[in-house]
Amino acid sequence: MDFFFIIASAVKIFGFTFLVILPLVAYSTYAERRVSAVLQDRVGPNRVGIPATLFGFKKDLKLFGLIQPLADGVKGLLKEDFTPAHVRKSFYWMAPAFTAAPAFVSLCVIPFGSAVTIFGYEIKMVIADIGVGPLFIFAIASLSVYGITLAGWASNSKYPFLGGVRSCAQMISYEIALGLSVIPVLLFFGKLNLSDIVTYQAANGWLLLPLWNENGTLIHEAYWQTSSQQWLLLLPMGISFFVFTTSIFAETNRMPFDLPECETELVGGYHTEYSSMKFALFFMGEYAAMIVGSALIVTIFLGGWSLGFGLDSALLQTSEGDWKWYAGLIHMGAFLAKTVAFIIFFIWVRWTVPRFRYDQLMKLGWVVFFELALFNIFLAALIIAAPHIGLLNTFLFGIPALVITALLMFFITKANEVRRKAKVT
Amino acid sequence: MPVFFYAFAAISIVGAIALVCFRNPVSSAISMVGSFVGLAALFIGLNAYFVGIIQILVYAGAIMVLFLFIIMLLDLKAPSTFKRSSPMVIVGGLIIPFTFVIQLSAVLPEVRGGNPQALPLEEAAKGFYDKDRDPDKQSEIYNSLRQKSLPDVNLVGLTLFGHKGDNASIRTPGYNFPLQITGVLLLVATVGVVALSLKKKKSKSGGSES
Amino acid sequence: MAIVKVKRPKLYWYEHLYLPAILKGLIITLKHAIASLRGKAQGGKELASSGLGVTMQYPEQKWDAQLPEYYRGVPALVTDEQKRERCVSCQLCEFICPPKAITIMPGEIQSEDPWAKVEKAPQKFDIDMIRCIYCGMCEEVCPEQAIFLRQDYAMTGVSRLEMVNDKDRLYEIGGIREGLVNKWNELK
Repeated sequence: MDFFFIIASAVKIFGFTFLVILPLVAYSTYAERRVSAVLQDRVGPNRVGIPATLFGFKKDLKLFGLIQPLADGVKGLLKEDFTPAHVRKSFYWMAPAFTAAPAFVSLCVIPFGSAVTIFGYEIKMVIADIGVGPLFIFAIASLSVYGITLAGWASNSKYPFLGGVRSCAQMISYEIALGLSVIPVLLFFGKLNLSDIVTYQAANGWLLLPLWNENGTLIHEAYWQTSSQQWLLLLPMGISFFVFTTSIFAETNRMPFDLPECETELVGGYHTEYSSMKFALFFMGEYAAMIVGSALIVTIFLGGWSLGFGLDSALLQTSEGDWKWYAGLIHMGAFLAKTVAFIIFFIWVRWTVPRFRYDQLMKLGWVVFFELALFNIFLAALIIAAPHIGLLNTFLFGIPALVITALLMFFITKANEVRRKAKVT
Repeated sequence: MPVFFYAFAAISIVGAIALVCFRNPVSSAISMVGSFVGLAALFIGLNAYFVGIIQILVYAGAIMVLFLFIIMLLDLKAPSTFKRSSPMVIVGGLIIPFTFVIQLSAVLPEVRGGNPQALPLEEAAKGFYDKDRDPDKQSEIYNSLRQKSLPDVNLVGLTLFGHKGDNASIRTPGYNFPLQITGVLLLVATVGVVALSLKKKKSKSGGSES
Repeated sequence: MAIVKVKRPKLYWYEHLYLPAILKGLIITLKHAIASLRGKAQGGKELASSGLGVTMQYPEQKWDAQLPEYYRGVPALVTDEQKRERCVSCQLCEFICPPKAITIMPGEIQSEDPWAKVEKAPQKFDIDMIRCIYCGMCEEVCPEQAIFLRQDYAMTGVSRLEMVNDKDRLYEIGGIREGLVNKWNELK
């Protein structure tokens, strides 16, 4: 068993990293270019294909430019790896690895599919099935700040430094909103294991779409009766989803919040002094973080690998409630499809929303999202606790306390703002 | 596996030594992060995932980032000249490790050597079995102990917030009140820091205005 | 100019949320994407697009038909109807050329030549197309209407030497140009 476990883990690590995530990283750069082109009435890279003329054929195969990422990779490897003379060498070399590695490591707790049974062994489609899933991702992702900050500092020139400092402040600020926004979700599930969270959602409806239940029926009568509070819970969960998604945008330095590398102000930001494969590593780290982010959002809010709409139990389960042997593969496909859809959403937002100003970004993080997430925790807690403490207590103490907290937060923020404005003028 | 234990223990010790030895403050900060990560890995090796992850999240991910941020912003340089400390400081510096070594030598013989054993989790699960509940609807702690994984998140919660049930074996008073008091203390400290820093700023701006 | 103080617009509470504006933006880009994918991008037809967006795909489609009259392409020397090379190697273009792309070695016209009174013709006339910036100043400054910017734009070569147009090549590109002022003709 132990031997089999090690082999299976090694295969999973290899498969998920090299056969799923790295191609996904490569093709999300391609998707970024193609989707942005389509949104802006352009064509995008559509040339690079198989150069069949080199092998004596008449025509090259274009393949819609799908070989472009490969060409980019070859270019990255073959270009001169230039190290400026004024950098702090050791940190300059370490920084790209510090950025790329955490993103890939944090993938290991994401469940890619339901368990697959091979030779009588049940293999979970997750590399490390640990009980602290989301916390693990936050913890490891927070380490990628070092890469960016060190890159900025080690480059020893002013624009990268500004970019590094900016990203450092930004990531710390939004980590708070990120952590707080996920708490209502964890209150609801009562556990931190991502596989269990997804299994629960497969049976009882996605967190944002609780339309079916264990019987596989859509909006069943019994569902309304047993857990009507879930419909009320949609409000805090919706707020959670919104704050979480936006914070992920900020954490991955994606477009409305890509202050650390904004070209108009900082040339290239923290990677100005980098070239060839080191630069490519920053790029890969950024896209891997984006993929992990969308995978996490899909896992927590949108049912992870489950097909949804009661299809899981209807199509893929045997009469005893076990998964059929091919269920794991179909689930993996569903998960990847959802993740890719979310990545395309990321790209779509990037090419639509203009960049924030830095003070607006900080204000959004500290004043709006922090308070909103905090209030959201109280709201979710009250809704979850309401059946336990009774209706009378809820209306007599719970709701007034909630309103008072909300008003207090609102007016403190407002007063602060008025004072700051008075100072300025 | 002891291999991993020794590897991560080595990482954390080397990180700690490097922290003291490096002249450059940024190198020191980074080696401290390395030490923290090694320590977190040791916690995880003890099945305490939650503690290990919090170690990384809070210390390596938040506090050390702030340290690094401040070091970079102030642009601290490595001291160019080495100042010889006074003999009193050297003596004090020697006494502390010496007492530590004595302590260690007292403790180490007591430690059971030999091969480390896995935690008897299934044995422990029996203590959390609630007879009044359905066998299917046992607590999260019982369920995950049965599946041989340590539910340290739930155990931390149980210890901190206590449990008021009929089952005598699980019932604990919890430390809810001390926890809240600690929280208030930290808040007071934070507010104090903010108040102090604000005062300074005001007098500065007042001076420039007059 | 009078100073106009622009007042910040007063926003409604829902506009302060910024979400409706972001949603509107998303819809606009989505509309563009859909139109682009259906080959109905705005202005695609006028620009003879390839079907995706407004872009024309270069080697397969060429925009020669869309080239404006005033397009400035490769500079070249011309001969007139009488097969006379019009350049008199006054070197004005060489001096005006901002990137110093033109090199002229003036030569004498032998006395037995029917155009002996012009006296000078270029012995060598090189334009380095790696340096040329297609500004058209040579054409502007030429007193003899000898150098013109053609509508050719696809000038390629695999070595630096290939990118230098010598005299023969320049005349080959320029060809014969009719209707110019022939000030060296005999008065009738």
